[in-house]
Amino acid sequence: MNGFSQATQEMAQIVPQAVDYIRLLPEIVLSIFGMIVMIVDPLLDERRSQRTLGTIALVGSLATLGAVLFQAQYPGLAFWNMVQVDAFSIFFHFLVAAVTAVVILTSYEYMEVQEIRAGEYYGLILFGAVGMSLMSSAVELVLIFIALEISSISTYILAGFRRRSATSSEASVKYFLLGSFATAFFLYGVALMFGATGSTSIQVIGDVLRSGQIPLLAYVGVALMFVGLGFKVAAAPFHVWTPDVYEGAPSPVVGFMSTAPKAAVFAVLLRIMFEAHAPGRTALIWVAAALSMTLGNIGALVQDNVKRLLAYSSIAHAGYLLVAFAALPDNGIPAAMFYTASYAAMNVGAFAVISHFGSAGERYVTLEDYSGLGRRSPLLAATLTIFLLSLIGIPITGGFFAKFYVFSAALQANLVGLVIIGVLNSAIGAYYYLRIIVVMYMREPRGEIQVSPVPAGLGAALAISLATTIYLGILPGRVLQYAAQTASAWMR
Amino acid sequence: MNTALDTSILTLVTLIPLAGALFLLFFPRRDRDIRLFALVLTLLDFVVSLHLPVYFQRGQTGFQYELNRAWIPTPNIHYHMGVDGISMWLVVLTTFLTPLCVVISWKSIQDRVKEFFILLLVLETALIGVFVSLDLFLFYFFWEATLIPMALLIGMYGHGRRVYAAVKFFMYTMIASIFMLAAILWLYAKTGTFDFVTIQAAIRNGQVDSFAGAAQWLFLGFFLAFAVKVPLFPFHTWLPDAHVEAPTAGSVLLAGVLLKMGTYGMLRFNLGLFPDQSRSNAWWVMILALIGIIYGALVAMVQPNMKKLIAYSSISHLGFVVLGIFSFTTAGLDGATFVMLAHGVSTGALFMLAGILYERRHTYEITEFGGLATPMPVYATFFSFIVLASLGLPLLNGFVGEFLVLSGAFRDRAVYGVLGATGVIWSACYLLWMYQRVFFGKVTREVNQSLPDLSGRERAALWPAAAAALVMGVAPLLWLNAIDPAVQAVLAPFAQMASKAVGQ
Repeated sequence: MNGFSQATQEMAQIVPQAVDYIRLLPEIVLSIFGMIVMIVDPLLDERRSQRTLGTIALVGSLATLGAVLFQAQYPGLAFWNMVQVDAFSIFFHFLVAAVTAVVILTSYEYMEVQEIRAGEYYGLILFGAVGMSLMSSAVELVLIFIALEISSISTYILAGFRRRSATSSEASVKYFLLGSFATAFFLYGVALMFGATGSTSIQVIGDVLRSGQIPLLAYVGVALMFVGLGFKVAAAPFHVWTPDVYEGAPSPVVGFMSTAPKAAVFAVLLRIMFEAHAPGRTALIWVAAALSMTLGNIGALVQDNVKRLLAYSSIAHAGYLLVAFAALPDNGIPAAMFYTASYAAMNVGAFAVISHFGSAGERYVTLEDYSGLGRRSPLLAATLTIFLLSLIGIPITGGFFAKFYVFSAALQANLVGLVIIGVLNSAIGAYYYLRIIVVMYMREPRGEIQVSPVPAGLGAALAISLATTIYLGILPGRVLQYAAQTASAWMR
Repeated sequence: MNTALDTSILTLVTLIPLAGALFLLFFPRRDRDIRLFALVLTLLDFVVSLHLPVYFQRGQTGFQYELNRAWIPTPNIHYHMGVDGISMWLVVLTTFLTPLCVVISWKSIQDRVKEFFILLLVLETALIGVFVSLDLFLFYFFWEATLIPMALLIGMYGHGRRVYAAVKFFMYTMIASIFMLAAILWLYAKTGTFDFVTIQAAIRNGQVDSFAGAAQWLFLGFFLAFAVKVPLFPFHTWLPDAHVEAPTAGSVLLAGVLLKMGTYGMLRFNLGLFPDQSRSNAWWVMILALIGIIYGALVAMVQPNMKKLIAYSSISHLGFVVLGIFSFTTAGLDGATFVMLAHGVSTGALFMLAGILYERRHTYEITEFGGLATPMPVYATFFSFIVLASLGLPLLNGFVGEFLVLSGAFRDRAVYGVLGATGVIWSACYLLWMYQRVFFGKVTREVNQSLPDLSGRERAALWPAAAAALVMGVAPLLWLNAIDPAVQAVLAPFAQMASKAVGQ
């Protein structure tokens, strides 16, 4: 009976209300600005359009931040229970919009130095952000799938933007082929989940699975969805694409795609694993987390290309983050959310430095090239050092508390083995991040490399990332508390 | 005793150098001004830190100048600082040595001067922070924070194999501290607090769940981190490398203060939190300490490199400290604390002296020298004074501490005292032999004929150290009357144990 009356209510609601649009406002703002960029692009002189288009995109991302804050006052479901605005979605919307803004600031200089056409680039970043935002507020598996595709397709293309470089094309094609394959897995998982529970709504699935009987099909469905999502966050054993794609893709794009879409996919994973009460979660995550941490860190040990090194590091960090998913929801969820935020800050910052230092054609990306950076450009080197220390997990940086919360959440769930693997991995990790610091400060500079001065946009991007990293390292309380509230709101 | 200054003094002392470092960050690269600024700032910090011993309530046990504020709600971290008689003097030692480091680096650091002094100041803040933190988390934070500036100082300003030494130093100590972090987290999980005093009380009252089973592991977790830092045999291999490659100021702070973090940690945390386990593990710790004393001394004897010799002598001296701590006697602990301070002053001075020679000849090889007393008489005098202080001549600072430690060790078990006492003999051997080879006889190398004697600046760096060595030797009570109540407080549970044992 209850289902019937709910259905009639929905029937009466065929036309979306105004509040429905507010609950989709960030996505709408992003799309509008994306279209403005596309429309304005052909009207401008190609050589001088980069700055203008970048500014439009930047304004768009800032407007989105505003829209997110505005939207926060209207929590609830929209569009026939497919979209849910709650503190959780606000958290990730804000994160995605902030990362987008910082990446656009980083791209200003990059576009000019690399001579990249800006119209499509900024458009795709904004459209990608639409998908990522939508992922964190969608509570319906099919809509999640659509959002995932919007985000993925943009990043596939963005990865290939260094058109003169063969590695970039390779990155794009590789990412596209493997990515489509992975999304198919996800879709298959969704279909099986529907077969097992009769619904694609996360809430309904959660209710069915909590009610006791868990059909075998649900296990398979969860596993297949995890394959698809695990690919997107570069978790082992679905990580093989990462180093090649990160090496080939433009550095600001790597900064973007290693943080914003990852955060969004982690949001989806949180919803599926916790709100939908996915069965078989702990075992699945345990294996993936242990593998990611270990393979990522060991792989990074032997890298000489800084972008590849950070690619492996991002695999390892996906592993640390997954540890939180194996923990109990009440402290695992806030730990995971905190981790995504602090990882976003430090990684976007690190790639901003890398994209600036790379110069035209991203020539300088090997460890050797960084020799003596501490002498030639002390401020840039010091900034990168702080990001790297944060990636190691040294106190006073966000990376420390991120690891701290994740591991203590795992300890509270008695996952001692996983924590030991994680801590040992952190020690291994320290070594290769240190290699970069050592090279920067303790080797003599190589003569031919000129480091150009840092332009204002990049400076702002670095300042924001740096301030966030240190803020999260000194006063992590507020962000963690916010994350904890959101988690408790939808944990029943 | 509760004025605003008293509660904020520790924060001031800790943060003045950091504030200076931040200021220097935006300072133009005028090297001379940067040096002057660093000197004034570190001197200021020293003067401010003198407030601590001057207004210290000597008869009182417990922590003084306490400040306890909530900092981060989850996890429950407090900004809790305070000192007792032990940590207070270590703070003053740090603020005393840092201006000397600035003076001694005046000329030897010509490249990247700004970065050097920024790192030095950050290091000072971190070192002081270690000694004043009463929140385990805060302690761990400062503990790790010392690593980065020190590793960078070695790696950026060191000699030949500096990168190797810096990375080795960093990895060694960082990996060991992870075990300490694990132990700290375990305590937090069971007690819900990082506060040292609260945790200590909870352990003593038996309020910590499943403590009995975990205590041995917790003890080892803390101990490993501290043993690497001390360094206790067999964890000592990073130290000679680090010392030989480090710039003079780095060596001074490394030997003078950084190593004491390890012995201080044992005293405060191993004995303070786990008295039973300290007791039951004491036998092998004592043996390792004795091996360190004798092995360090023997290896020092055969070193052709002056700096390496001093480095190994540090291993030997720090062995005394550990021996004293794990004797669980008042004399032993008093002595251990005093050796920490005395060793800081005299070995700091020895490294400065070695650095002065290096500036002139760019080598530490003992065979490169000989007969230096002729061209450099003042230098030779300072050197002999410090050597005598270091090897424990009565009325100089080395003697008091070693004597107390040995008397404590004797009381614990005579054989420990006997073996430890040989260390005193060894140290006389290697130091005097080194002195003889470097200073006496004819000048063997032509270049050494015309070596300039000490400049005014170098004397300014050495005088305070020499004066401190003398005062500490003549009037040790000035130090010991503050140290003793703190030591009594540390030993209180041991006395109870002993009386229980007697009662049975």
